[in-house]
Parts: sequence; structure tokens; C-alpha cells
Amino acid sequence: MVYHERVAWAQLIASVITLTGYIAVLLMQSRGSDISTVDWLPPMLWTIGAGIALSIVISILWGIAAGLRDPQSATASDIRDRDISRLGGRVEHSFLVIAGLGVIALCAAGAELFWIANTMFLGFAVSALVGGIARVVAYRRGLV
Amino acid sequence: MVKPTLVTNTIRARREEAGMTQADLAARIGVTRQTLIAIEQGKYSPTLEIAFQIARAFGMPLESLFQYPED
Repeated sequence: MVYHERVAWAQLIASVITLTGYIAVLLMQSRGSDISTVDWLPPMLWTIGAGIALSIVISILWGIAAGLRDPQSATASDIRDRDISRLGGRVEHSFLVIAGLGVIALCAAGAELFWIANTMFLGFAVSALVGGIARVVAYRRGLV
Repeated sequence: MVKPTLVTNTIRARREEAGMTQADLAARIGVTRQTLIAIEQGKYSPTLEIAFQIARAFGMPLESLFQYPED
């Protein structure tokens, strides 16, 4: 597995874990009451930080393991990696645009801050998830 | 998302005839071994530049390595 595929997997794994954790924390804090009353900012900031840290840690540990097996190609990359990265970027971009439009619509409707912030956050999270899946599928199934 | 390509190639057969490993050929054309595997399996369409480099590595014209079906 090449360096950029490992990074794609690491980001995908970190996104799934941290997004699941964030949703679980919000649901636990709301305890069946109106979820928009939950103090969403600290868990959101922790989720963003933890997601970045976790993907870095997974990439480093996986990179060390790969480097022990095959030191020469552990960090190699080429034009296929750039093509796959561009594909993932395009997929991510489309979901960010959808989230951005959702935020504008919520602002226009005078929605609560909770829904505005979490729509944007969900846009980031879903774009990272779908972009990661697109990259991993392109590495596994092919890019022609 | 992934469209099948009509381009086929005989790189693997030529490489084995030449007694080259995937790592040898990949190093020679400046790509990773995984990219060469993807090209050989038709899972990645190489750029023209890489295609020419592969052809040059075997001393053959492009058409003898890459085939595209007639209409």
C-alpha cells in the first residue's frame, strides 16, 4: 500500500471514529430533550482536534510499520496518487458546497446557531468521509 | 464512478518475456510498483508520458504495448 493510500485510510478511519463519538456525545447530553439546547461547541472543537490528531497518529504508526517492511517505497508517490487525490478533492468539494448552501438557507430562515453550526460541521465531516471513500475505492477498484 | 477503459495492454507479458520484475520496471519509468500493477491490470490509464516511457523501456512502439479496439 502506497503512502497516500495509507493516509486516505487513516483519515477515513479517524473521520468515522470521531464523527460517531461526536454524535454519541450530543445524544447523551441531550438525554431525550431538545438536542438544540446542548452545549455543542466544546464537543465539536474536541472532535475536530481529535480527528486531526488521530489521523496523524494512525498515519505515523502505519508508516513506521510499512517502512520496516519496505523502506524504499514507504513514502513514494507518483502521478496516480495525484490523480486520485484530485478525484477525492472534487467529491469533497461538492459536499462542502451542499453544506454551504444549507447554512445559507438556515441563516435565511433564522435558524438557531446549533443547526447552522452543525450543518456546516456535518458538511465537513461528510465531505471528508465521502472523499476518503472515493480515494480508497479508486485505489482498490481502479481509476481509468 | 469508475468507468471501464477499452484500452488493453500487454505490458505484463512483455515484462515477463524481458525477465523484469514489477519493481524493476516501476523504478525505470519512475512510478510506484502499485501504479505499475494498476496499469498492467487495466485499473489505471497511464499518461501519455508514462506510456512512452514504458514503450521505451521495452524498445517497442506504443501500439505493440497498448491496444484500442476498432469501431
